[in-house]
Amino acid sequence: MKLNHESIEINAGLMIVLIMLAISIGGLVEVVPLYYIEDTVEKVDGVRPYTPLEQRGRDIFIREGCYTCHSQMIRPFRDEDMRYGHYSLAAESQYDHPFQWGSKRTGPDLARVGGKYSNAWHVKHLNNPRSVVPESIMPNYPWLLETELDYSDIAARMRALKAVGVPYSETDDEYQANVEKFGKEVAGMLDINNAERNLIVQAEAGNYDKDPGSVTEMDALIAYLQVLGTMVDFSKYDEGYFAEFR
Amino acid sequence: MAQGAVAAGTQYDYDIVKRFAIMALVWGVLGMMAGTYIASELAFPFLNFDIPQITFGRLRPGHTTMVIFGFGGNALFATSYYVVQRTSQVRLWGGGLASFTFWGWQAALVIGVLGYLNGITDAKEYAEFPWYVDVLITVVWVAYFVVYVQTLRRRSQPHIYVANWFYLTFILATAILHIFRNLAVPVGLFHPESYSLYAGVQDAMVQWWYGHNAVGFFLTAAFLGMMYYFVPKQAGRPIYSYRLSIIHFWALSFMYMWVGGHHLHWTALPDWTSSLAAAFSILLLMPSWGGMINGIMTLSGAWEKLRTDPIMLFLITALSFYGMSTFEGPMMSLKSVNALSHYTDWTIGHVHSGALGWVAMVSFGSFYHLIPRLWETRLWSTRLVYVHFWLATIGIVLYIAAMWVSGIGQGLMLRAFDDYGNLAYTFIESVQFMHWPLVVRALGGVFFVSGILLMCFNVYMTIRTAKQEHAALEARIAAKMAKVGA
Repeated sequence: MKLNHESIEINAGLMIVLIMLAISIGGLVEVVPLYYIEDTVEKVDGVRPYTPLEQRGRDIFIREGCYTCHSQMIRPFRDEDMRYGHYSLAAESQYDHPFQWGSKRTGPDLARVGGKYSNAWHVKHLNNPRSVVPESIMPNYPWLLETELDYSDIAARMRALKAVGVPYSETDDEYQANVEKFGKEVAGMLDINNAERNLIVQAEAGNYDKDPGSVTEMDALIAYLQVLGTMVDFSKYDEGYFAEFR
Repeated sequence: MAQGAVAAGTQYDYDIVKRFAIMALVWGVLGMMAGTYIASELAFPFLNFDIPQITFGRLRPGHTTMVIFGFGGNALFATSYYVVQRTSQVRLWGGGLASFTFWGWQAALVIGVLGYLNGITDAKEYAEFPWYVDVLITVVWVAYFVVYVQTLRRRSQPHIYVANWFYLTFILATAILHIFRNLAVPVGLFHPESYSLYAGVQDAMVQWWYGHNAVGFFLTAAFLGMMYYFVPKQAGRPIYSYRLSIIHFWALSFMYMWVGGHHLHWTALPDWTSSLAAAFSILLLMPSWGGMINGIMTLSGAWEKLRTDPIMLFLITALSFYGMSTFEGPMMSLKSVNALSHYTDWTIGHVHSGALGWVAMVSFGSFYHLIPRLWETRLWSTRLVYVHFWLATIGIVLYIAAMWVSGIGQGLMLRAFDDYGNLAYTFIESVQFMHWPLVVRALGGVFFVSGILLMCFNVYMTIRTAKQEHAALEARIAAKMAKVGA
C-alpha cells in the first residue's frame, strides 16, 4: 500500500485515530508531569485546608463570580510586590478546588487581601463599595448581610472535598494524622464530625459582620477573604528559597 | 413547499439544519445583548441595580456561554450537519438522534444559563456548567459524534472533503477537553455544586489547556471547517491550495493543544510549562496563517466579488480578523508582552477581535449563503447585508481600539513608579482612567448587536417571503391540476 495523505482522506476510521493521536500529546506532556515533578509545589509550612466557615465563604465567592474581576495570583514583579505583597506560591492554592487564580483584574488582586482591611471595612465595602471607594465600579452585594448562611450541607461539602484530596478528617486515624501535620488546633477545625459546631463557633468568635446574633453569608465571605494569603509566614524563609522551585 | 423542494429538500435533511440555524441567531442576540449589558455595567455600575441575578459576576458567564455555546455551538451544529450532507452527498444519518442533539443542546444551554444567574456555577471559565449539565452535554456530544461519523461513513464520494476534517477534529477535541476539564465530585446526588478533581496549580493548567483549546478547536478549527465549505462555494472557485490545507490542518490540530499554558506566565505554574506553551504559541502562527492564506487566496482572480458581493465581504473580512488575532495572540504569549497585557482589557480585546471579527463574521457570511438555500429562495435584502456588515465592522473596531487603550493604559499605569521609586498610581486610579474606554467598548457592542438584529429581520423576511412564494406556487399548481382534471 502506498502511504500518502489520500489513504487518510478515504478512511474515516484512520483519520479519527490519527486526529486523536495529534490532539492528545500536548496535554499529556504539559499536565501529567505537574503531578510527578516534586518541585512543582513548594515545600512550605503553614498552608492548611479552609475551615468550614472559610470554605462556605469560598463557595459564595464562587457563586457570585468574583473571579471574573479579581485574580488571586501575584506575579514576581516589583510593582505587584509593592502593591499586593510577596508573589503567590503554588503551595498556597494546593487545597483550592477549583483554583481561583483568575484571568482579569477589573478589581485588584486578592491573593493577600487577608488582614489588609478590617472586618468593618469589608462589611461596608461589600454592602456598598462606593461608600468607601467612591470611584469603584464593583456591584453592591447587600444580600450578603441579609441572608442567613446555609450550613446544613457543610459535612457533605467537606466529604466531597475529601474525596478530591483535601485532608479533612472523619476517622480517628485521619484526625491524628492531621494533628501531626497541622497541629491540634487546626486539626480540630478540619474534623468533619464537628464541622457545624466549628463553623458556628468561628462565626461567633470572629463576629465578622458585627451582628452577633446570626451567621450570615457576610460572615462566611469575610472569614474567607481574611485568611487569603496569610497562611505562610514569609519571614521564616530567606529570599532565595522559593526561587529554587520556579 | 414540497413541490419546490424535490431535489435538495428530500435528498438531504434540511429541517435539523434550519432549527439549529434559527437557534444560533436567537442565542446570538441574547448573548450579545448580555455582553453589551455587562460592558455597560462596568462603565456605569448602577446598572447592577442590586439585583443578584444580573450582577456582572453572574451575568458574565451567561454572556460567554450564550455566545460561545449558544451562538457558536448552534452555528457549528447547523453548518456541520449541512456540510457533511452536501460534501458526502448523502442524507444525514439518524433522524431521531440528530433531533436529540438539538433538544439536548438547547436544554443544556437553558439550564446552564439560568443556573448562573441564580449562582450555580463551577467557576471554571467557559466550563461553568454545573456537573449535571456536564453529563447532559457529554451524552449530546457522543450522539453528535455518532450522527456525524455515521453520515460520513455513508458518503457517496470516496474522499472526505477538507471541511469535514476540521469538524471532526473539533468534535473529538471538544469531547476530550470537556470530559477532563469537568471531572469533579458532586456534593450530593441532588446538590447542584461539585468540587473539581484538580487543585491549585494542576487545576490551573487543566483550566487553560481547556480554555485555550475551547478557542482553538471550538472557535477556530470548527469555524475553519465552515470557512472551507462556504468560502469556495460563495466564491465559486476551488480552494486555493489543497496541499496547504493538509499541512495546516495537522499542524493546527497538533500544536493548539500545547499553548494553553501561556495564560499562566509568571504565575505559580512552573516556568518550563509556560515557556513550552509560549514556544508552541509562536509556532502556531504558521498553521493559523496557513488557513487564512488558503481562504483569502481562494478569491484570487475573483477579487471584484468584494465590490459586488456583501457575503464575500463578510467572509474575507472574517479571515482578515482571523489573521490579525492569530498574530496578536502569539505576540501576547511572549513573556515580556504578557507581563503587561495579562489581567488587563487587552486580553478581552484580543478575544473579541477573534470572537466578533472571525467567529461571528464568518458565521454571518455563511448564514447569508446558507439561509436562502435552506428555504429555497433569495435573500430578502442584499442592501441590509451591507448595512449589517458596516455596523458589525464599526462595532468591532470601536471595541478592539477601546480595549487596547484601556488594557495597555492600565498595564502601564500599574507598573509606573515615581521619582522616589514608589508606585505612581493606585489601583483605583487605573479604574478611573478606564472609564471612557469602557464606555466606547459598550458602544461598540451596541453597534454589533444592531447588526445581528438587522440580520434577524432580514432572515425573518426571507423565510416569510419563501413561504409565501411556495404557497403561491402550490396554489398555481393545484389550479392547473384541477384544470387538467376537468
